[in-house]
Amino acid sequence: MVVPHGSDPPMPADLADLVALAKEGDHQAFEELVRRTYSDSYTLALRLTGDEDDARDVVQESYLRAYRGLKRFRGDAQFTTWLYRITANCASNQLRRRARHRHEELDEELGPVVDASHDPAALADVADLRSRVEGALEELPPRLRAVVVLRDIYDLSHEAIAAELGISESAAKVRLHRARRKLRAQVFPGRGDDQDEESAHAV
Amino acid sequence: MRCDDLGDVLAATADGSVSLDDAARRHVERCLRCQAELVQYRKLLRTLRTLRTEVLEPAPGLLAEILANVEAAGERHAVRSLLSGRRVAYLGGLAAATAAGAGAAIVIATRSKRARLPLAG
Repeated sequence: MVVPHGSDPPMPADLADLVALAKEGDHQAFEELVRRTYSDSYTLALRLTGDEDDARDVVQESYLRAYRGLKRFRGDAQFTTWLYRITANCASNQLRRRARHRHEELDEELGPVVDASHDPAALADVADLRSRVEGALEELPPRLRAVVVLRDIYDLSHEAIAAELGISESAAKVRLHRARRKLRAQVFPGRGDDQDEESAHAV
Repeated sequence: MRCDDLGDVLAATADGSVSLDDAARRHVERCLRCQAELVQYRKLLRTLRTLRTEVLEPAPGLLAEILANVEAAGERHAVRSLLSGRRVAYLGGLAAATAAGAGAAIVIATRSKRARLPLAG
């Protein structure tokens, strides 16, 4: 546990207020920003890199860049969105470095579908669905995973994703659709026409 | 139009950001398989959104590491300011002592960074 200094004024509850203080050079305000956001940043970094050590490095680098670049943060976006963009960019660089040093499977074609449980009771289970989606995410090639994580989980714009990954917006969209197709095929094995009437009518 | 022609279209349509053109719509309205796929995409997207609130806890020590790194970066910045003379006016005699102490910190930080490089590869 960190013991607060008795004489210091309490930190503001709002992230935006902390950002304002940190921009003025208040080091403790920046530390508080780190405290409030680092688990979240780590989660994103881990989803992007799929590796705990990589995720830690990415988070370290992200906060250093956030610290150095804070003056350039204009406050027209949310601080967390800004941080996600930095994290995405650092993770992208990390994956590129990895790819150079390690032979990676980058095949993006729709591969064979991994067979999973067809038990209807299990399929109906929301928690099970969540864990199957997470499992399928981990199976995706990193380049596809990055786009779907940033768009469909973290709600970054195509423009932001393209900028941070260093690809065109149209490439980002193509990757997003491929990623969704692969995820769907893996999470819902079997063909679409195997579905019962009820789910077809639930559109 | 066949179901296979609609793979990317269904994947794109599921979040509501793109709408089907007339030909695709006519097909999907009559095709249970494509409708079922759309339902699956929507379930998938809903589930992905729920992951947003999930936190994967890092192993202990990460917060301390981040804060130490940021602190070191802050010190380097402060020292550069001191050396460039911008703040010497009001810090006066303290400048020399601080610069000497933090100068040592820079050397350590630079060395540990170098030592890590081979591991990063």
